Amino acid sequence: MLDGRVYADHAATSPMLPEVREAWIAASAVAGNPSSLHSSGRAARRIVEEARESIAAALHARPSSVIFTSGGTEADNLAVKGLFWAARDRGDAPRILSSSVEHHAVLDPVEWLAKHEGADVTWIPVDDRGLVDPTWIAEALERLGGDAALCTVMWANNEIGTIQPVQDIARICRAAGVPFHTDAVQVLGQIPLDIAELGASAVTISSHKVGGPVGIGALIIDIAEQFTPVVHGGGQEREIRSGTLDCALAAGFAAAVEAAVRSQHEHAERMRVLQESLVAGIRSAVPDAILNGGQGATRLPGNVHFTFPGCEGDALLMLLDAAGIDCSTGSACTAGIPEPSHVLLATGVPESLARSSLRFSLGRSTSDEDVTRIVAALPSAVDRAKRAGSSTRNGAG
Amino acid sequence: MKLIAALSGGVDSSVAAARAVDEGHDVVGVHLALARKSAGGRERGCCTLDDARDARRVADVLGIPFYVWDFAEKFQETVMTDFLDEYSAGRTPNPCLRCNEHIKFSAVLDRAQALGFDGIVTGHYARITHGDHGPELFRAIDPSKDQSYVLAVVPRGQLAAAHFPLGGDYKADVRAEAARRGLVTAAKPDSHDICFIPDGDTAGYVVSALGAQPGAIIDSATSERIGEHRGTFTVTIGQRRGLGLTVPAEDGEPRYVIDVDPHEAVVTVGPREHLMVHRIEADAPLWLSSPWSGSRSDVQVQVRAHGEPTGATVTTNGDAVVAELAAPIQGIAPGQALVVYDGDRVLASATIDATDRVRRPRVHT
Repeated sequence: MLDGRVYADHAATSPMLPEVREAWIAASAVAGNPSSLHSSGRAARRIVEEARESIAAALHARPSSVIFTSGGTEADNLAVKGLFWAARDRGDAPRILSSSVEHHAVLDPVEWLAKHEGADVTWIPVDDRGLVDPTWIAEALERLGGDAALCTVMWANNEIGTIQPVQDIARICRAAGVPFHTDAVQVLGQIPLDIAELGASAVTISSHKVGGPVGIGALIIDIAEQFTPVVHGGGQEREIRSGTLDCALAAGFAAAVEAAVRSQHEHAERMRVLQESLVAGIRSAVPDAILNGGQGATRLPGNVHFTFPGCEGDALLMLLDAAGIDCSTGSACTAGIPEPSHVLLATGVPESLARSSLRFSLGRSTSDEDVTRIVAALPSAVDRAKRAGSSTRNGAG
Repeated sequence: MKLIAALSGGVDSSVAAARAVDEGHDVVGVHLALARKSAGGRERGCCTLDDARDARRVADVLGIPFYVWDFAEKFQETVMTDFLDEYSAGRTPNPCLRCNEHIKFSAVLDRAQALGFDGIVTGHYARITHGDHGPELFRAIDPSKDQSYVLAVVPRGQLAAAHFPLGGDYKADVRAEAARRGLVTAAKPDSHDICFIPDGDTAGYVVSALGAQPGAIIDSATSERIGEHRGTFTVTIGQRRGLGLTVPAEDGEPRYVIDVDPHEAVVTVGPREHLMVHRIEADAPLWLSSPWSGSRSDVQVQVRAHGEPTGATVTTNGDAVVAELAAPIQGIAPGQALVVYDGDRVLASATIDATDRVRRPRVHT
């Protein structure tokens, strides 16, 4: 995040908090492998274990259930592949239930398992807000006789901010005896996250989305559940995940989670106000803009996602970038080529409109002035992007 | 000025962009994603991930914004489809010309201008001067790199917004400059192949896209069938190698493809003298100078990107262009571009439909 810019891409990464940097730097001075048995190793291990306990306490989990990983992507891979392989080895049906709006860190492992490991995938649809109806999962499980390796539904969507009824889904899965995983990367710090209350088999969280360092995340597991490792080696994390842990990353991560949970309520209140003001501002500045996703309790307080008909999202992004605003088209890229978002397509948005969308994700750095600047910059950007959009389609040739 | 720098990930466009930045322009780097996957299922050629990465690194070093613009659909619709259509019609297309005509200096420029940019900077080797009647296109100083031929299809209105900072330089100096500037592209080899056919196997590409359509190879001297081809689109007039002929010619001289007839699926081979073209007919000229009607004999024509200019009398009458060559040129195929020069200056371009050897007009689809 550069000085003087409006940073509205907190869902991509959020600037490091001062107290996190302090904890991170302090721990980086400790030399020692947490797995070593000598004094130096013990000093490092103490930092890692205190970080684990701190994260567990903040999220109402048991310390032993916190499996550190290299980030959200690895945690999602471990959940999806680890649960799938363990279930297959038990003789359960190699079947996965997944929502159709998952982050690529879940979507791609699921598709990979379907292609290479014979996984039979049931895609759970969403409504026009991006919401999964838990009864669809109940019906799907009933149809399948309750025999599946796992069900995975993200807690909140990274693109359009839709919050899923994961408590209901977890209950349904528990009753059917099917492991349930949820990617909670986007909800941490924005809405209350209580692991014990949720009762899922695995929950993914990430450090840098809440002002922690990049390079660490965790899968918080039900220790009664079986996971086949994805990364094999020294077995440092309960024999489920291997690799030397960085005590500095762990300390920074713990400080970030602690801050996110401590300030969640007041942060969410502040985000709601900014969100409402940005949504209202965009609607009045660009009357034909369409808000995607849900409203109120079904939407993350920091998420604003609009479709601007007639504009290409990447043209808008470029024009806003030039105007000092960092935002995102929110969609995945292949070699930098924007693909229409699978999330928007799943909500029924046609392909042409799906390419015309922008995500503004608000966070700690966001101010009233930022909102004003975004709203002020949009009309001329939209106007130019519309002209560019029509020239691309109807240009000479 | 606000300029888009088209960054291919090669050395030339890198240096061109760097110079535009030095001149104080407000430059934004753009890498064009053209072919996501070719018809034969091969990976992207000119716009591979490595090239996109190199382009991005150059933009980072220059401190300019960088974006990938997706023109894959447009490229497919115009350049790649035209490429296959032309081969199907027994003609020899040049996709780089079509790309300059329909993509780089058309769709991309349109988009840039709509987004508020004044023009586009590329690493092409050619020079533009701005005369009283509009921009004039000239050959580059470096004759071995001159790209005025492939730019001769760009109308003057678009050339007015084009910037070619390298037209006055030698390639070796451009490389040295890239190294001096610390650009990662300094030592990258030049690309010669068609970007969507990275392995250079054009015949294989066309066969995989259109399917094999075998037919006879006929010897023009004996009218006998002496071999078989995988499709008339796999050969080009003037081609000698790769025909798989086992029967020697009566006179022992090499045989060349002298005609391809897609309708009868026949490829005719014959001696070298049957390739010698004295007269070229082309249509729909694009004028980069004041048009003339009637004949001019003080001009030269060029029929290949890296061909030599040949003196000619060029007669135009509306859409029809006829070039009577002062000396014959070997192996000209319909579909190639005829570019008319006055010394270093490009006067006009037109697409060849016929020679005194072969007639194969464009099929309008």
